[in-house]
Amino acid sequence: MKICVVGCGAVGSLFAANLSLLDDVEVVAFDLSQPHVDAINAGGLRLSGAGDVVGHPRATSDPSEIGACDFGIVATKAMHTDAAIAATAGSFSGGCVATVQNGIGNEEVLAGHVERVIRGTTFPAGKLLEPGHVQWDVKGDTTLGPFEPSPAPFAAIEQLADACTRAGLPTAAVADARGPQWRKVIFNAATNPVGALTGLTHGRVCERPDLRALVTGLVDEGKAVAAAQGIELDSDPEALIDHAAKPEVAYGHKASMLQDVEARRSTEIDYLNGGIVRFGREHDVPTPLNEAIWALVKGVEQSWQQ
Amino acid sequence: MTRVCVAGAGAIGSLLAGHLARVADVSVLTRRPEHAAALERAGLRVSGRSDFTARVAASDDPASLPPADLVILACKGTDLETLSSRLEGHFPSATVMTVQNGLGAEEIAGAHGDWPLLSAVTFMSGTRHGDTHVEYVLDTATWIGPYRGTTGDDARSAASLIASSGLAAEGFDDLRPAQWSKLIFNATVNGVAALTELPHDFHFAEVDDDAALGLLVRDLVDEGKATAAAAGVALREDPWEMNVLATRRGHRHFPSMLEDVKAKRPTEVELINGSLVREARRLGVSVPLHTAIYRLVKAKEASYTS
Repeated sequence: MKICVVGCGAVGSLFAANLSLLDDVEVVAFDLSQPHVDAINAGGLRLSGAGDVVGHPRATSDPSEIGACDFGIVATKAMHTDAAIAATAGSFSGGCVATVQNGIGNEEVLAGHVERVIRGTTFPAGKLLEPGHVQWDVKGDTTLGPFEPSPAPFAAIEQLADACTRAGLPTAAVADARGPQWRKVIFNAATNPVGALTGLTHGRVCERPDLRALVTGLVDEGKAVAAAQGIELDSDPEALIDHAAKPEVAYGHKASMLQDVEARRSTEIDYLNGGIVRFGREHDVPTPLNEAIWALVKGVEQSWQQ
Repeated sequence: MTRVCVAGAGAIGSLLAGHLARVADVSVLTRRPEHAAALERAGLRVSGRSDFTARVAASDDPASLPPADLVILACKGTDLETLSSRLEGHFPSATVMTVQNGLGAEEIAGAHGDWPLLSAVTFMSGTRHGDTHVEYVLDTATWIGPYRGTTGDDARSAASLIASSGLAAEGFDDLRPAQWSKLIFNATVNGVAALTELPHDFHFAEVDDDAALGLLVRDLVDEGKATAAAAGVALREDPWEMNVLATRRGHRHFPSMLEDVKAKRPTEVELINGSLVREARRLGVSVPLHTAIYRLVKAKEASYTS
């Protein structure tokens, strides 16, 4: 089985390094950062923290060097999906492409370029420390399922899930992967931008009753949009929010969007709150708070061009 | 009215004191003794749209200032309680005028003495370039109305004094239509600017894409209008039109709450956004977006300390 991981930031590297340990899987790591690619090819792709792994995927920044693959795993930031899949689609003309990205709407973008798409959500997280080296912060489950309008065959999804699980990334193949996906997007959309706009860590957001009420307002809109689509959340995002606020979990964690804002990098807001607003409109569900938060974070991004 | 005391010598207080000194006997109450000494020594220079240096009496002790017919409280809303308490027992024959943003300044001042009260809102702006130099930037009007023990004629008489000094001013029988127009404008523009860190520029009037900031601004204005309507106030100006016009002035204005959050200072969020949200609650008007902005700015202030 040949798998190309498209976008080897933190999450992509977790998949590429772990999968490359399997004897029956050939892994290509595609990333635009030449220093990262060179470091992987020279010394391997190292993970440390929640697991210590050195994998040896073949890395490249040149799409023509990927070759034909059975699977793609797209792990870029959501705003780079279109460019990434446009460049690499040729390698997947006979294969299936999964997304393990944040937000909603990535599958639609993939389906614009490839035929068989796998809806995916993953909870492991980390950060890129230096070229070739990723800190693995949290382990967690991954869920894969068919993207309904342009699905991969279920047997293929099971095959990919099995490989991931054997590689140490517990992964379930399910008929409807929207529940975990919406739980995660609702969690992210209700907490990440609130941290980004206020500068507060996750725990400090949650311990202010008025702000925690705003988070719940955002969650409730997301739940209504999910319900209107017939999506059953696999568990309550509120529980995830409260769990993460515990001192021993992620009280002091700065949401990735806050890290983006502090570094003046584009955020994934269009695919989080923007995605909830878009799907809400399609199903006549009002999402005024998510619209407001979306506009505010876009405003923050615009302030950097001053 | 020929004897005026301006209490508080920030940008607005300095603009009032400097101009009024050309047509009245002006004294200035400062917080710091060295500020008063500098004013006594060097006078008060006004540049920008006006250009002159005025002689003023100044002290940090109200007891040592000459009697006044009109006392203008020109500090920021966050300092009003402290300033008003310093005036307790002084200026027994004066009328006291507040010019703070938001709602409720008159009650704060009125609790410290039984002076007749005038209420004012000001749209002019200036930049302090030190203790004895202020630049006159925006020459928009100050609006004055009766509050306690005063009439529309008293308001018009104070306005004509200010107008005769070279500033724009107008008096009304009822200030609330103007005050509420400014309250809604300020709560919206200051709140959005403080959170996005955008100056009040063209983004605030953009309505042409899904995440356009102008859509949020318009929704916030609409919540404010609904609150004003429930309070029985017919707005003098449409805050949305005020917003659009202000963004077309050709230069970028930095609202005070934006300056405050950039300098990590307490903002006027309580007096501006807080008073709008509380009024709405009292009147039974739902203002979820203003509530969100209010909570987010309060939380951003909390992030100054880690």
